[in-house]
Amino acid sequence: MEFLQPATWAEALEAKAASRDAVPVAGGTDVMVAVNFGRLRPSLLLDLTRVPELQQWDTEDGVVRLGAGVPYARVITELGDRLPGLAMAARTIGSPQIRNRGTVGGNLATASPAGDAHPALLAADAEVEVASVRGTRRIPVTGFYTGVKRSALADDELIAAIRIRPPSGPQQYSKIGTRNAMVIAVAAFGLALHPDRRAVGTGIGSAAPTPRRAPEAEEFLAGELDGLWDSRGELPASTATRFGELVSAAAAPIDDVRGTARYRVHALSVMARRTLTWAWADYRKEATTCA
Amino acid sequence: MSAPTRTPSGAPAHLTGPGSGRVGDDAARPDGVLKVRGEFAYGSDLWMDDMLWGVTLRSPHPYARIRSVDVGPALAVPGVHAVLTSDDVPGSKTYGLELADQPVLAVDVVRYQGEPVALVAADHPETARRAAARIVVDYEVWEPVTDAREALGHPTWNQVHETEAPVTELSRESAHLHPQGNLVRHLKVRKGDPHATADVVVTGEYEVGMQDQAFLGPESGLAVPAEDGGVELHVATQWLHVDQRQVCAALGLPPERVRLTLAGVGGAFGGREDLSMHVHACLLALRTGKPVKMSYNREESFFGHVHRHPATMRYEHGATRDGDLVYVRAQIHLDGGAYASSTPAVVGNAGTMGIGPYVVPNVHVDCYGAYTNNPPCGAMRGFGSVQTAFAYEAQMDALAAELGMDPVELRCRNAMEQGSPTPTGQVVDSPAPVAELLRRLAAMPLPEPPGTLDLREVPGGVSNTTHGEGVRRGVGYAVAYKNVAFSEGFDDHSTARVRLEVVGGEPTVTVHTAAAEVGQGLVTVEQQIARTELGVDRVVIHPKDTDVGSAGSTSASRQTYVTGGAVKAACEAVRARVLERAAGLTGRPVGDLRLFDGTVVAEGLELPLAEVLGDDAVEETLEWRHRPTQALDPETGQGFAHVQYAFSAHRAVVDVDTELGLLKVVEMACTQDVGKAINPQAVVGQIQGGTAQGLGLAVMEEVLVRDGRVQNPSFTDYLIPTVLDVPPMRIEVLEYADPHAPYGLRGVGEAPNISSGPAVLAAIRQATGLPLTRVPVRPEHITGT
Ligand SMILES: Cc1cc2nc3c(=O)[nH]c(=O)nc-3n(C[C@H](O)[C@H](O)[C@H](O)COP(=O)(O)OP(=O)(O)OC[C@H]3O[C@@H](n4cnc5c(N)ncnc54)[C@H](O)[C@@H]3O)c2cc1C
Repeated sequence: MEFLQPATWAEALEAKAASRDAVPVAGGTDVMVAVNFGRLRPSLLLDLTRVPELQQWDTEDGVVRLGAGVPYARVITELGDRLPGLAMAARTIGSPQIRNRGTVGGNLATASPAGDAHPALLAADAEVEVASVRGTRRIPVTGFYTGVKRSALADDELIAAIRIRPPSGPQQYSKIGTRNAMVIAVAAFGLALHPDRRAVGTGIGSAAPTPRRAPEAEEFLAGELDGLWDSRGELPASTATRFGELVSAAAAPIDDVRGTARYRVHALSVMARRTLTWAWADYRKEATTCA
Repeated sequence: MSAPTRTPSGAPAHLTGPGSGRVGDDAARPDGVLKVRGEFAYGSDLWMDDMLWGVTLRSPHPYARIRSVDVGPALAVPGVHAVLTSDDVPGSKTYGLELADQPVLAVDVVRYQGEPVALVAADHPETARRAAARIVVDYEVWEPVTDAREALGHPTWNQVHETEAPVTELSRESAHLHPQGNLVRHLKVRKGDPHATADVVVTGEYEVGMQDQAFLGPESGLAVPAEDGGVELHVATQWLHVDQRQVCAALGLPPERVRLTLAGVGGAFGGREDLSMHVHACLLALRTGKPVKMSYNREESFFGHVHRHPATMRYEHGATRDGDLVYVRAQIHLDGGAYASSTPAVVGNAGTMGIGPYVVPNVHVDCYGAYTNNPPCGAMRGFGSVQTAFAYEAQMDALAAELGMDPVELRCRNAMEQGSPTPTGQVVDSPAPVAELLRRLAAMPLPEPPGTLDLREVPGGVSNTTHGEGVRRGVGYAVAYKNVAFSEGFDDHSTARVRLEVVGGEPTVTVHTAAAEVGQGLVTVEQQIARTELGVDRVVIHPKDTDVGSAGSTSASRQTYVTGGAVKAACEAVRARVLERAAGLTGRPVGDLRLFDGTVVAEGLELPLAEVLGDDAVEETLEWRHRPTQALDPETGQGFAHVQYAFSAHRAVVDVDTELGLLKVVEMACTQDVGKAINPQAVVGQIQGGTAQGLGLAVMEEVLVRDGRVQNPSFTDYLIPTVLDVPPMRIEVLEYADPHAPYGLRGVGEAPNISSGPAVLAAIRQATGLPLTRVPVRPEHITGT
């Protein structure tokens, strides 16, 4: 196994172009597990942890550009206010050790249906900035997941950053696991309310071959909220329930060792209903604090 | 016996440790600092510069005939030194703790997924793994037998049957997994009237899934060929001498040429009672003439040791209107998997302890252990009692509900006490404070209801699934008893060698036993006993090896009792000789003399041990036994089978998100009678650990097996409780001395593992109103999805 440690982004892209089967490694919390289980025997490991650009985040035109190599621990401590949904998702990931190493870029490239960043990124309409020696392109995250553990990333490309517009409204993230920490999602749900656009964002995890949104649920809720954004009035319980049903209807789960398809569907409807209730309560509270 | 020719690095050295603490004190562990600093060498740390690495090729099929094995392609890999199959086993081809029915390497047939088929030794572990993958095994795949009842020809699950199932016609014609059929043991307990009737009757069917010991240090060892043609085996295990017996048989070597030393053990819980890599590493070492190390990774570990028996249980309890138990009838089926391991003894425990610590005049229990093509099951902490406790305690709650009685009152009303008869015709001949344990629990304050939202305190934890919605709290009680030490007439003994001498001017005791330290703290207890009996602070623990006689198994909560008893007796013998010398020197009668703080003391006399001993060492080696037990009558299950019982009780408080089926165990409270706490801190540690392990089985731990195949052989999907799943615990330790045991002590380690899970289940049932007859409870069971 060869090991390359580029010091600059340009070198990293060169190396990936030169050896397309090179396996990038950021936190290593997916890569090294696969190596350990004998599922992966890369001929070349491309260590990205020395590339300074990947370890940084900044704000461009009001959009947060999160370097692909920023670990979850920093997302939580440094970006909890700007990217609340992603930070909430990050808090549910692994253990402190994993959050110190694991990155959003790694989660995206693995593209597991159970990856916890995905529902939050979907709900927030994030964009994935990818690059190669050929140039840079931005992929809306909705188009990023192409199959079970497959993504739109070409074999000479690396993920540079994730671009997320800070929210104009509350965000929530909720995840089911069969223990209370350090657990892979049985089902997960991300919600973002976008009062500026009068829109709703959703993300479903672990309940379909890829992470996905629940477009009908989004449209339904946006419609129901139409008159409520300004009044910040109470949300009818029936709206939250219907929203939950529509979210779960968007899922296409399977039975596996972690849970049954029926449970996943049920759990999604509950999570969607509850997170909406919390988010709306926050939205109403904001009004009170502003006033 | 010859000393090892070469000692690998990572082999244990003598332990001395901090140097104070007598019986009853919170003495610090002699290996504690090493462990906390990460300097303690475990079996996987063993190393010799010229060693080879051994790996095991395992069967991918749960049941198949081996048509042929071609090792040629593996031998051709550069760096490979040996490839072995069953043809290369020089002695007995099979081994086993109770029945020698398990092949060292598969002979013609594989009976479970993961059964060892061939071995490779190479100069690098990766080379060995790649070579093993090139061995060509031609299998004729057979349909596995995966249901214990079906294997016995008994009506399968949920086919309620009124009459006792016949066990003479064993299994389907095609599915005799072993020549004698698929029945490993059928234990009958018959007491009183088999057809007794009662005013109030509750019946229930219960199921317990397969739990894993989940010790953190996987199977590891190093075999070093010796000049005499024998072998030195350093291995992490639970009973060196039972390993030695089986290794000798397989190698065809006498015991003096197979010497075992205990390597650092990273947890055991029963999972190291059976052999794993022991014979394999020795075979490879003897074949290659080089030291051979074998160390399983996590996934292989799941296939490399036995698990806890899954159980299906049908219970019927009859009681008077006032709540006096009239009868209990039970049928218990334990799935032993492909080989016997300790299934016969587990059946013995499940059957004899299977109605719990209650007085019942009429008892009719049938307990079966079956062979199937599932993973072999054997010893795990609680050993048969864990499974049955889920059933009998659920029954007690159901009965209480039926009677409209408080569950604690019903239990106390029927609780065993000293002098009570047991289902097997024994009389409980030492304190049995079952009712007191329960009443003390009930008197403890309950935890506060949830206050301001802290996600770590709610079901689902930081995963943010509830802010209080759907959450209901339940409280549940359970009580357990467990036989301590080996039962049913087994010659259960231990050996201790104790030497007292003056080293560098300081009186020093060396304690040498073969009793495996697996993390429980026996080395601390050995030091405490020696300090107490000999009045000397400096106590050195000799590495555990087969140069001294057997200590018996580190299991059945027995080592503090039995090896503790042996160390105490050997110390007493040493003390008698030392005092005799002192009497000779001083002319004072022996009866007036005592050992205290490194001196011989009497009225007006203080004689330093250095003056009594000079350069001499006083050494005694002693074999020590507890009271003998008896075999059970094969037709009635009656007999003095158990030497001692351990009692514990739990109260669990659980918050349940009834809508999502997620749980937060809010508090566990435990009361346990330990007779005498030799090391109170270690006792509390055992109770905490046992409680956590029982909780794990109740709510998450299960090896999922489908069609004989393990679905989750890793900690990714075999979940054990984290710090957010294990709650604060209130623990009260009672000390009612058992007059038959050294210092009055009782075994501690298993009882809390038995009562914890059923208490959690009781609490979840109370919160949800659901019957919940299967553990582990999954969210699906609570939500009905
Ligand atoms: C104990 C444990 C618990 C875990 N718990 C969770 C959990 O709760 N939720 C969850 O979602 N995940 C969990 N994971 C999985 C893992 O931590 C996450 O997927 C994490 O985000 C991976 O990030 P990483 O930086 O460690 O990725 P790595 O392992 O370094 O890489 C992952 C993949 O991404 C590729 N890659 C990395 N960086 C780039 C880049 N810049 N461009 C292109 N490709 C790249 C790698 O080649 C590889 O294919 C857990 C893992 C472990 C070991």
